[in-house]
Amino acid sequence: MAKLNLNRVEMPRQDPKKRGKNFNEVALGYSLEQAKEEASRCIQCKKRNCVTGCPVGVDIPDFIQAIRDGDMPEAVRILKSKNALPGICGRVCPQETQCEATCTLAKKEAPIAIGRLERFVADWERANMPQASSSPPAKPKPSGRKVAVVGSGPAGLTAAADLARLGHGVTIFEALHVAGGVLMYGIPEFRLPKEIVQAEVKFVASLGVEIKLDSVVGKLATLDEILAQGYDAVFLGTGAGLPMFLNIDGENLNGIYSANEFLTRVNLMKAYKFPEYDTPVKVGKKVGVIGGGNVAMDSARCALRLGADDVYIIYRRSDEEMPARREEVENAREEGIQFKLLTNPKRFLGNDKNWVTGAECYEMELGEPDDSGRRRPVVKKGSEFVIDVDEVIVALGTRPNPLISSTTVGLETTKYGTVVADEETGKTVKDKVWAGGDIVTGSATVISAMGAGKRAVASIDEYLRG
Amino acid sequence: MYKILVREDLVPSVHLFKMAAPAVAAKAQAGQFVVVRIDERGERIPLTIADWDKNAGTVTIVFMEVGATTARLALLREGDAIADFVGPLGVPTHIENFGTVVCVAGGVGAALVAPVARALKNAGNKIITILGARSKDLLFWEDVLSGVSDQLIVTTDDGSYGRKGVVTEPLKEILESGEKIDRVVAIGPVVMMKFCSLATAPSGVRTIVSLNPIMVDGTGMCGCCRVSVGGETKFACVDGPDFDGHKVDWELLAARQRIYIDEEKCAYEEWRKSHAA
Repeated sequence: MAKLNLNRVEMPRQDPKKRGKNFNEVALGYSLEQAKEEASRCIQCKKRNCVTGCPVGVDIPDFIQAIRDGDMPEAVRILKSKNALPGICGRVCPQETQCEATCTLAKKEAPIAIGRLERFVADWERANMPQASSSPPAKPKPSGRKVAVVGSGPAGLTAAADLARLGHGVTIFEALHVAGGVLMYGIPEFRLPKEIVQAEVKFVASLGVEIKLDSVVGKLATLDEILAQGYDAVFLGTGAGLPMFLNIDGENLNGIYSANEFLTRVNLMKAYKFPEYDTPVKVGKKVGVIGGGNVAMDSARCALRLGADDVYIIYRRSDEEMPARREEVENAREEGIQFKLLTNPKRFLGNDKNWVTGAECYEMELGEPDDSGRRRPVVKKGSEFVIDVDEVIVALGTRPNPLISSTTVGLETTKYGTVVADEETGKTVKDKVWAGGDIVTGSATVISAMGAGKRAVASIDEYLRG
Repeated sequence: MYKILVREDLVPSVHLFKMAAPAVAAKAQAGQFVVVRIDERGERIPLTIADWDKNAGTVTIVFMEVGATTARLALLREGDAIADFVGPLGVPTHIENFGTVVCVAGGVGAALVAPVARALKNAGNKIITILGARSKDLLFWEDVLSGVSDQLIVTTDDGSYGRKGVVTEPLKEILESGEKIDRVVAIGPVVMMKFCSLATAPSGVRTIVSLNPIMVDGTGMCGCCRVSVGGETKFACVDGPDFDGHKVDWELLAARQRIYIDEEKCAYEEWRKSHAA
């Protein structure tokens, strides 16, 4: 057996000093040579542990072998047969806890950089096969059945693509003016260029999926009205779009944003190009971001790029418990984001113009583990201190928007507002209705939503053909 | 794209567009709004639905030129189209037979009160409408409101038409006249809605106001439009826009409406310069 190569090929990135001032993508992607070199490290295990680690079951060793052989069109074909959104997944999936965690070489702490290779294949296709990247391989035989997909985020796009590939008629109903959901309004340009999202949306449309924008289901039509329009089934993939706040004093001061609002203004409405684009966004000199997840990192790094002098991540637990991807925490640190850990706001202070001037915070310490298994943060009595800020972004997480559940008879929801659905099939208690992604789990990851979309399609297909 | 079928200039700075939007028209109810975006670079702004026709598939919006977006909108002509017209959003105004309802309309609010007054009238209420404007040349829809009211009182700040003064004066008189008033609906500028609510507070007559904070998506996603009502934070886009005027934190609303005042000026100036060129 050949000697194991444990040298992961690094992916070039923009210099931290430069990238903190622009919205261009941070990671620059492999060259063909780098991709081939990394692909050549794959030992093509008989037992494909990496595939079991992938929520959508991509045939990982096969597309890696194709890269190694230099057969890029074949790599594209293999990848896209299971994953309609490879350019997106290659960028934002937490591979380190999925396929790369189960990679045999992970035991030697040098898993194959599957995410970087996936990204490379998607980018290669867009650059070299522009026609193919937006046209489907072959039209399947129409089933004569129609499915409505509500929401065009990762769950909805995946479900729509897979349903269309099975020959079902698919219409996506999207509330915003552009398809992509959180991929468009949430994740910033420097982590996921919008052009790539739109290219993959175009691919899904090329499979025969109709996309209706500006269509707020629950307002424009209820689920039952949609079913009455001739759809045989509905897949709900509306995500978790409702921002959570701290519910403390001063939270409605000017200059305090939910991360959803801040990121929507910056990413979806392109406020970083104001006044060329009409939507403005305020950026302070000292910005406090509350939370320790990926959305908090995205918000902090956007604020930095928009010109803030000091950006603080204010998080109530310690570094170890931060839910953000390690890579994003490191990126943020490199760019100069300051971490105020074991710190939790008590209230916000404002001036006579109702503008925020400070976050009064408690110092925290870690106690016994809580339900999440992480050590519970406990307030240190009398530890209050003020962090001077002129802008605050609250990134505490999101819950599902009740617009649909509150207008639908027969849908069961939890106390967190999530829709109750079977974990394996996505089937809800309502006839003909499936759900998957953040609307079921609460805020999670792009790929887990895609996996849920895929599993629901298997169940919907069985139902439609039953 | 959504086509402008009819354009009317109600007064020099207030315009009416009748839009082709059959799906929205089919579901629209009094008190709801739409979010409008002109084109790729445009911002999303909420505009209240002034009228709709399910059969014709049209929805009417009325807007005042106050900044870059509304000024750009005002340049559009019949046959032009806008990129996005999303709705109907918000909770419809609560309509039932209350008895006698006073509807107060200030400025552009005239167009927003009209569908509410009509729905209340159709539900069997006696409608007394007070229509106020700064002066005669800013007054519109007197005829429309007259058609849906049992009694119409017109005021102008400068006395150039109708009664001289502001809308709260006749409102107070009606409340003090001894006639049983069961509800007040006030729609217009923040300061007008605030003073109407203050005027009705002593009598305790339930007073409904339609709030217009800054919004982005209009579907509960961003929280930009949060208002404080009875000490609780609400999102005007999904919990409102109608709220109990006696419980609204008016100072907070006014302050939050000023968040982007510098940017709005900058955008308006930019637009004026480019438009002049």
